[in-house]
This record gives sequence, structure tokens and C-alpha cells, in this order.
Amino acid sequence: MKRSAAVLPVLVALALVGCRGGTKQPTTVKLGVFEPMTGANAAGGAMEVEGVKLANELYPSVKVGDKEYKIDLVVVDNKSDKVEAANAAQRLVDQDKVNVVLGSWGSSLSMAAGPIVKDKKIPAVAMSATNPLVTKGNDFYFRVCFIDPFQGTVMANYAAKDLKAKKAVIIREVSNDYSVGLARFFADSFKKLTADPAAILAELNYNTNDQDFTAQLTTVKSMKPDVIFAPGNYTESALIIKQARELGITAPFLGGDTWEAPEFIDVGRQAVEGAVLSTFFATEVPITPTSKEFLDAYRKKYQKEPAAVTALGFDGYLVARAAIERAGSLDGTKIRDALLATQSFPGAAGLITFDQDRNATKSAVIKVVKDGKFTYLTTVQPQ
Amino acid sequence: MTPALFLQHLANALALGSLYALIAIGYTMVYGILRLINFAHGDVFMLGAYVAFYGAALFLLPWWASFAIAIAVTALLGVLLERVAYRPLRDSPRISVMISAIGASFLIENVAVVLFGGRPKGVTVPDVMNVRLQLGPVAVMSVSVVIPIFTFAILALLLWVVGKTKTGMAMRAVSTDLDAARLQAIDVNRIISFTFGSGSLLAAFGGILWSYKYPQLNPLMGVMPGLKCFIAAVVGGIGNIQGAVLGGFMLGIIELMAIAFLPTLTGYRDAFAFVLLIVVLLVKPSGLLGTGHAEKV
Repeated sequence: MKRSAAVLPVLVALALVGCRGGTKQPTTVKLGVFEPMTGANAAGGAMEVEGVKLANELYPSVKVGDKEYKIDLVVVDNKSDKVEAANAAQRLVDQDKVNVVLGSWGSSLSMAAGPIVKDKKIPAVAMSATNPLVTKGNDFYFRVCFIDPFQGTVMANYAAKDLKAKKAVIIREVSNDYSVGLARFFADSFKKLTADPAAILAELNYNTNDQDFTAQLTTVKSMKPDVIFAPGNYTESALIIKQARELGITAPFLGGDTWEAPEFIDVGRQAVEGAVLSTFFATEVPITPTSKEFLDAYRKKYQKEPAAVTALGFDGYLVARAAIERAGSLDGTKIRDALLATQSFPGAAGLITFDQDRNATKSAVIKVVKDGKFTYLTTVQPQ
Repeated sequence: MTPALFLQHLANALALGSLYALIAIGYTMVYGILRLINFAHGDVFMLGAYVAFYGAALFLLPWWASFAIAIAVTALLGVLLERVAYRPLRDSPRISVMISAIGASFLIENVAVVLFGGRPKGVTVPDVMNVRLQLGPVAVMSVSVVIPIFTFAILALLLWVVGKTKTGMAMRAVSTDLDAARLQAIDVNRIISFTFGSGSLLAAFGGILWSYKYPQLNPLMGVMPGLKCFIAAVVGGIGNIQGAVLGGFMLGIIELMAIAFLPTLTGYRDAFAFVLLIVVLLVKPSGLLGTGHAEKV
């Protein structure tokens, strides 16, 4: 089943290669959607793809020069796996010959694609990958979200000021660059805020796909922390919190943007009530006219509230589309230059201007799980 | 480490170990009869959990009804798996059957991705399984108490079936020599189907209890537990039912105690199982309770 799905874009790509040999120009612009559709991060990928597809339905074409091109989405599954992600990215640039790559949910997966898009000079726009290393030193990778040094500070501030926590324990997904990075930024800022070099009692690890965390949590319980910071994949995190409550740990849990998936609540149920996380966008506070357009279209189509990363998926598509239009060309380097020149682009999740490291500077939103829903708590502006 | 803390770790380890034991029995039974490692066992485990989930979520059955139906359906799937993937290859070289088993495993996983979707599903845990018990310094969930009881009940039942019943006698005969058993008018196919059915039934038991303890399903959830329980079966002496249970408990205890005492090594958690396998294979290749007999594979 997967094979037949894979063969089709290959055939299309081959046909296009054939065309390019002749005088005929390509008639479509191709956006490669590089996301985890199976494996540990599948829900994250699916939510971003929802946003991209919605944007594609509203804006299905782009004007390049004086010609109108249809935009085709080529969705590949990077299977939540770093090795598979490299293969998938390679396929997008080599076989599918996409003009721009969108994605991926998960910093590790985006980082696997980094050298590949850089090598082929195909610009890539990450939607919610927050690790600084995704775009650092790679002048073809952009992102429409903030980065983890900011996110870590936001949560450390929340822990130290709002919760008045003095001692924290960190539980991180050690095989995930996002989780390890964010944990470090949180730790640095929390130690500074509490003026206590020993404010982090312990940093405990687990692996992606682990299901039993009782050994780590039993250790946590004996340390009696005021707060537990556990950034990581949503299902593992939900299981961690559930098992912590079962062991009798009552300290509040804080996490990052990856928690915001329906599965987090679906798996954690009662246990994740009160869990606090930072994310990109809250439907309760639309920011730009595009926010409203996005929310209306999404609610009409899906009859539910979108996740923040869905809004970012929507934005990634629009930013890429606008850059292609301004570049007036399908050449990767020209599109990259047009992306660099993006100024105050009104996206659904806020205005997008890329800084010198190709990151968007945006405010963070803090949400809490309340009555089985992610509920808006507050907005934190960047310094 | 205080004694209270140690007891809590031990309770955690026993709960995990008994789940491993439950699944390891299935590997060992099939191997005992057919000298076949059923690589699809972990995926049968996954199917069991999904069938129970859909029984409860779609058909709104009470949990015990979906539990019973899921176990029956999964047992039938196990029998079917043997019919389709293994029986036609019974007289082929061992390696062909093994490759067929690996193929069956991939097939089931990928069909499951298409049918159930790649996104994980949250399981509604029955209230009786979700009671928090505080026994002195040790906190456990009722499901963690139920699992070891189940495991030992099933162990006793299996030992009785294999040791005392006519079917069990036939199983032992088939295990000793398949052709000689056939000459004694034993319906070999029926015995093999029975073995696969009961092995899959145990996998379903394990899968459903697993989903009550870790209430999250995804189509690849059987891969790692499958591998680990295979290791447990080999460590205990593959082909030996008590050995599988022993191996399962050992694996659970070693895994959790290693993390408890050496928290910095947590990232290598899955490696502990494989290190244990290597050590046991080097020291006692037939496993802890296995009876050694030279065999060419």
C-alpha cells in the first residue's frame, strides 16, 4: 500500500524530468511536505499537514512572473525516525524535485533534512521545530516559530515566579534534540532566576517509545521537587505524568510545545489536568486578520479547535507561497533570498519577520490543561 | 537507597516483569512445538490490544466483554497466521519459515498502520484496573497487582494442560518428534493450531493488560516488547514454559533496577536486555532452565 503511494510521485517526477529535457516548462510548483505520519510523532505531523492542506485549499495557486502555477503538495512520511527522515528528504529533493520543503514537526527530524536541502539549494521552512540548531549555519532552513532559548526562559520564569518553585527536576527524552536542548535552556535560566546553582535536583533520561517510567519517577519522588520540567513527545509525556500521579507525586508538571496534541489528553486523561506548557498560538487570542481567516476556515472544515502547530503549518505554506511569488522564479536560491526579505508577514500565528538566523521572533503562549482542554493562560512577549 | 524506595522499585519491576513473562510464554510454546521463532508474536500482541480497544470504543461493550472477545478473536488470528504463513512451509528449510515469520510481522504492522492510523490512541482503563493502592510505603495500581496474579494462574493452567491432559501429552509428543507423533495417530495439525491459538491468546492477554497499564496504542507497539519477550524466552530456556516466566521476571527486574541504581545509563535501557541475552548465550547457550541438545539451524 505504501509502495503504490510512493510510486506515483516517482512516476510524476520522472515524467517531469522528461519534460525538462525538452523545451516545456513545469506547469506546477511543488511543495514537499516533510512530516512524521507514522511512529511516535505521527499526531504532530498530522496536525501540521492539516494546516498546510487547509492553506492549499484556500490558496491553491501562485503567480510566478506573469504565469499562474498550481501548487502541488508532495507529502512524504519521515516515520518519526532520523534515518528515515534523511531518506525522505533526499527523495523530496532528488526524485520529486520539489521547489520548497515544509516541515518537519520535531527538531531532530528537521535536522536530519538540513544538510540535504542545503546541498541541493532547496529552501526549507520548518513550522514548529524549535531547536536552534535547525537553522543555525544552514542558510536554506527557515522557521516560522520562536526558538528554545526563549521557550526555556519562558517556562523557567513561570516556574520561578508564578509557581514560586525553588527546586526542580528535569525529565528529558535523551534521544531527542528538542527535548535535550529545551531542558538545558530551562535549567540555565531556572538556576539564574533562583540564584541557586543546585536548583536542578536531577536530570533524568528516557528514550523515545519507552512506556515504563516508574524507575525514574520513584527516584523523583524521593527528591521532593517543587516542580518537574519534562519536555518531550506527547504520548511519552502523558504516560510519565500518569505514572507520576499513580506513584503519589503531586508536584506540577511543566512542558513545551510538543505536548499540545489531543493524544496528550487522550492518553493522560485525569492525570494531565493542570499540566502547563508553552506553545505558539491560542485560538482564544487571534493576532492578525489571517488568524481569523484561518480559524473560520478550520472550524468550518473540521468542526473543532485547531492546535497551535496547525496554525504554523498554515503559515509555513503562506510564507513559502509569498516568497515564490516575490522571487518571480522557481530557482531555489532566488526563493531563499525572497524568504530572507520577508517582513512582518501576517501569519495566522502572528507576524513573521526572519532574523539573521532565519528564525521568526514571536511571543509565546502559556496554556494549561483544564477540563480535558488546552486552555489559554497568558502571553509572554520576547525581550 | 532506603528500604522503602527499594520496595517501590521492586514492585514496579514485578509488574513489568510479569507482563514480559506473559508474552514470553507464547514464544516458548510455539518454539517448543515447531522449533519456530514466531516473529509476528509481538504484532499479535498489538492486535489483541487494538481489538479490545475497538470493542470498547466503537461497540461500547463493557470492558470484560471486549476483553473476552478480543482474546477469542486474537486466538483465531493466531491460528489463521499459522495456516497461511507457516503451514505451507512446514517441510521447507527452517530459514524459509523464519523469513515468512518476519514477513508476516511486517505485513501485520503495515496493515495495522492503514487500518488503525499512525496516530496513537488513548485507552479507557476500566475502573477496577485503575485503583491506586497504597501498601505501606509502596504505591501500586490495581492493574499491576492483577497482572502477576494472571501470569501465575496462566502458568499453572498451562503446566496442567501440558503435563496432565491428553492434548498436552500430544503436544509433548509433537515437540519430541513430529513424524513419530503422526505415526501414533496424533492429529499434528490440530495440535499445532491449538498451540498457536493458545500462544496468541496469551499475547492478547498480555497486550490488553499492557494497554491498561500503559494506556496508549500504536501499530508498532508490539515491536520492542516482542523483541524483549523473545529475549526473556531465550534467557529462560526457549521451549520451557517455567523458563519463559523466569526470564520475563528477570528481564523486568534487571531493567528497572539498573535504571534505579544507575540513572545515568537510562538512555541505554533497551540495551540491558540484549546484554543479558549475550551473557546468557555465552555462559549457558540453552538458557537458564533449558535442556541442552545440539541442533543445527
